[in-house]
Amino acid sequence: MSKPVLVIGGGVAGIQAALDLADRGLKVHLVEKSPSIGGVMAQLDKTFPTMDCSICILAPKMIECSRHPNITIHTLSQVTGVSGGPGDFKVKVIKEPRSVDESKCTGCGICSEKCPAKVKDEWQEGLTERKAIYIIFPQAVPLIACIDRDNCLYFQKGICQICSKVCPAGAIDYEQKAEEIDLDVSSIIVATGFQEYDPSELGEYGYGRFEDVITAKEFERLVCASGPTGGHLNRPSDGKIAHRVAFVQCVGSRSHKKGYPYCSSVCCMYATKEAVLIKEHEPASDVTIFYMDLKVFGQGFQEFVDRAQSHWGVKYVRGRPGEIRRNPVTKDLTIWYENTETGEVAEKEVDLAVLCTTMISRPENKELADVLGLELDEWGFFESLDPLMNPIETNRPGIYICGCCHGPRDIPESVAEASGTAACAAETARRYGQ
Amino acid sequence: MSEEPRIGVFVCHCGINIGGYVDVPKIVEYSMTLPDVVYAEPNLYTCSSDGLQKIKEAIEKHNLNRVVVASCTPRTHEPLFQGACEEAGLNKYLFEMANIRDQCSWVHMHEPEKATQKAKDLVRMAVAKARLLTPGDEPEIDIHPTGLVIGGGVSGMTAALSLMNQGFKVHLVEKADKLGGALNELGTLFPTNVKAGELLRPLIKGVEESPDIVVHLNSALKEVKGFLGNFEAEIESKEGSERFEVGTVIVATGADYLDPVGLFGYGEVHGVVTQLELEQKMKEGSLGDVKSVVMVQCAGSRIEERPYCSRICCTEAMKNASLLKEEDPDRDIYILYRDLQTYGIEYTEMEWDAKRKGVKLVKYDKARPPVVTRGERGPMVKVWASLLNEELTIEPDLVVLSAPLVPNPDNKTLSQQLKVPLNSDGFFMEAHVKLRPLDFATDGIFVCGTAHSPKEVAESISQAKGAASRAGIPMAKGRVRAAAITAVVDEDRCCGCGICIELCPYNAITKDEMGIARVTSVVCKGCGVCGASCPERAITMRHFTNEQLEAQGLAALGRVVD
Repeated sequence: MSKPVLVIGGGVAGIQAALDLADRGLKVHLVEKSPSIGGVMAQLDKTFPTMDCSICILAPKMIECSRHPNITIHTLSQVTGVSGGPGDFKVKVIKEPRSVDESKCTGCGICSEKCPAKVKDEWQEGLTERKAIYIIFPQAVPLIACIDRDNCLYFQKGICQICSKVCPAGAIDYEQKAEEIDLDVSSIIVATGFQEYDPSELGEYGYGRFEDVITAKEFERLVCASGPTGGHLNRPSDGKIAHRVAFVQCVGSRSHKKGYPYCSSVCCMYATKEAVLIKEHEPASDVTIFYMDLKVFGQGFQEFVDRAQSHWGVKYVRGRPGEIRRNPVTKDLTIWYENTETGEVAEKEVDLAVLCTTMISRPENKELADVLGLELDEWGFFESLDPLMNPIETNRPGIYICGCCHGPRDIPESVAEASGTAACAAETARRYGQ
Repeated sequence: MSEEPRIGVFVCHCGINIGGYVDVPKIVEYSMTLPDVVYAEPNLYTCSSDGLQKIKEAIEKHNLNRVVVASCTPRTHEPLFQGACEEAGLNKYLFEMANIRDQCSWVHMHEPEKATQKAKDLVRMAVAKARLLTPGDEPEIDIHPTGLVIGGGVSGMTAALSLMNQGFKVHLVEKADKLGGALNELGTLFPTNVKAGELLRPLIKGVEESPDIVVHLNSALKEVKGFLGNFEAEIESKEGSERFEVGTVIVATGADYLDPVGLFGYGEVHGVVTQLELEQKMKEGSLGDVKSVVMVQCAGSRIEERPYCSRICCTEAMKNASLLKEEDPDRDIYILYRDLQTYGIEYTEMEWDAKRKGVKLVKYDKARPPVVTRGERGPMVKVWASLLNEELTIEPDLVVLSAPLVPNPDNKTLSQQLKVPLNSDGFFMEAHVKLRPLDFATDGIFVCGTAHSPKEVAESISQAKGAASRAGIPMAKGRVRAAAITAVVDEDRCCGCGICIELCPYNAITKDEMGIARVTSVVCKGCGVCGASCPERAITMRHFTNEQLEAQGLAALGRVVD
């Protein structure tokens, strides 16, 4: 029997790699830092061009992982040590305490209902609040509550303990300690994903100062039926329905001044999808996308943009807005821009502005790269052994990379690559297997 | 099944997706009034681990022998619920689903009362069918541990090598007289400017030296019969034909470059070439004294006739423009583009690099494309530079057209032979655009590289390995289970007319020695075409029997037959 494979990161790429390997009969350890697998794809509203609900197509795969006899999911866990080489890596994993007994919790949610401590809900991009004991999202895998110790009244002040009193399963365990897990694996797949650029440093767009300037990821939650507004486009400042919306492309990308020089690959298309979603909600909405070059390089992309324009009436204006200002009384926003195709300098009043921010590397890549002995590129993404010939191999034999941990890419590319790394891991397992 | 049906109904709120519009408690209450329903409950999300656990517990506690879930679409969720049934010891074909979200709450958001009424109708129909369900048997298929890879370019060779390294034998079929495919024509490859030959050499060596890979050059597929695990392929070459058995098939037939004849003076004006021809000149060193070059992007793509973007041309142009500048920094290089499609870290860097080297980028509008005519000493290009708001006239030594990749002309034949679909552009179409990018809907057949759509070499390599993983899964398992929803022929009724044989898209039906239609159930996909067309009503679809459908239909009209 071959040794198991370690997959780091439980987003769509990690899930695909794990399922490919498990389906062929290899054991897999899937290590995820957060309380649930699912990653960013679980947070998205719809996916283009089919407009499938994102969580609806991802959830079956998440649950398949949890039910698969060959997959062990380690949530709230991080890899802290790796030694050895292909065929025989010794891995240390630290599992943070959930403060809830995973074998007892049924995910009923009574604890969250009764918990008095409210904090910003990161999963809803801070647009609403959650409790200190919480289930990260309704389709979470595993569907188990988790105590956020930094915000729990018991852990901070020694009071409360309501959750333990109301839990019908007796699952609350304040004494739970971090656990160290030792794994012996034949190869490692890194699929730790990306994070969104924080546009606060671009003062001209007012992000952080104006509540109605939001990022595209925040918009995904805002427009989602399971989001904080039930999918109604109530803008954050005053709840007014946003009928006039502007999307600003290349926020933090394609620039040598601030942000990053590279194109983030996916923003033109997700902005187009988000624009269509607004039009689907309210066809009379006035939606404009401010872009530099329309990136339509994937299968069916140009056709999707054509339809957004001709059928839905989404407007595209070439030009990077110079500034966003706010009317302090009406809270409405004014976009100042130059239409570079006509040379016209103009302003446009909108209810909501969505900044399409670039995908950037995760800050913890540095530490993980040290642990794994991998190289990072200039921007903090994991580096391929060779960007042309060995795109998913790394400088360390037996360790493979897929998805956005090595640069911006879309879901199908991440999924295809994940299968690619599964092939690499299967080859390694065979080479070193007994 | 002799025992009385005992049906459990699980009604999903799907958060507010259903619960916000359909009165879920009412549906639960209503379900309990339906014949043979002994248990019903609401769930916040029936598909959550918790919801599935509830199904399993209820099967045991209430001794259920049929399960109905009223929730979303069976397309994504049926296998999940069926799995829960199986885990509780219930045959998965004793499960039925009512779609009260996509076909009800979502389309009747503004009329919640009617939505609730319709959800009742849908649940009543599902229960009516569930009462007549019978358990299904899934036949096991042995998987032949050999892969067939069609196409000997970089994708095909990469896939073949991965399959070999996974422990399988491979037949690699290439129509040309040598391996390498489109890369044989190219000079250097971005983003590292490695010579195409250097990339190909180790791949070709690996393929040729492997005892487990049989290479068939100058060969084309003639016929493929069979099904996952047991395909029988026949290939043809000048030497004759050859047949072999394979378990899986990978399509890696690549793409062609468009011949842009008639576009931007190509074929009419001397000095107008394609990027491919430029690469060949650079490779051979036969470029000559070229002082100025104009490259025209989207030469035949992103237009009505060919709406798609060819993905690779902008980066290819950046690469060639930079190389020309490196050779001679005094050269004037213009790239006329519509939208730059350089993306990601490495390819955007190539755009910056070209700009730093002094390559001039001029944006043109789709409505006012450049015009190339014969000038005094060579081609003359007139272009409306939309960002400058003026017309430029350039008289370069060379005009280079970035012509798009177009589907391989063999795709049509191959798609018919393999019974897999092409998209409207003529490229092969995957099973699901997001989550199954390398699978076809037909089991055991996969796709990678530019056969699917234009893509870079690096992406083709990743995909080829991915396709090898997908193809390797059933072969590594050795045996897989086929579906039980198949056609059955009533021998007494069959008149042997053969209509079903002609119509079956999967070649699953043959005539036996008595002239009676026989269904090979592991090949049958249960599409129902044969059943619908049989003049004698001799064909029944398992899980969709006439009796079941009639009961469902009557239930839709409000008639519940006890």
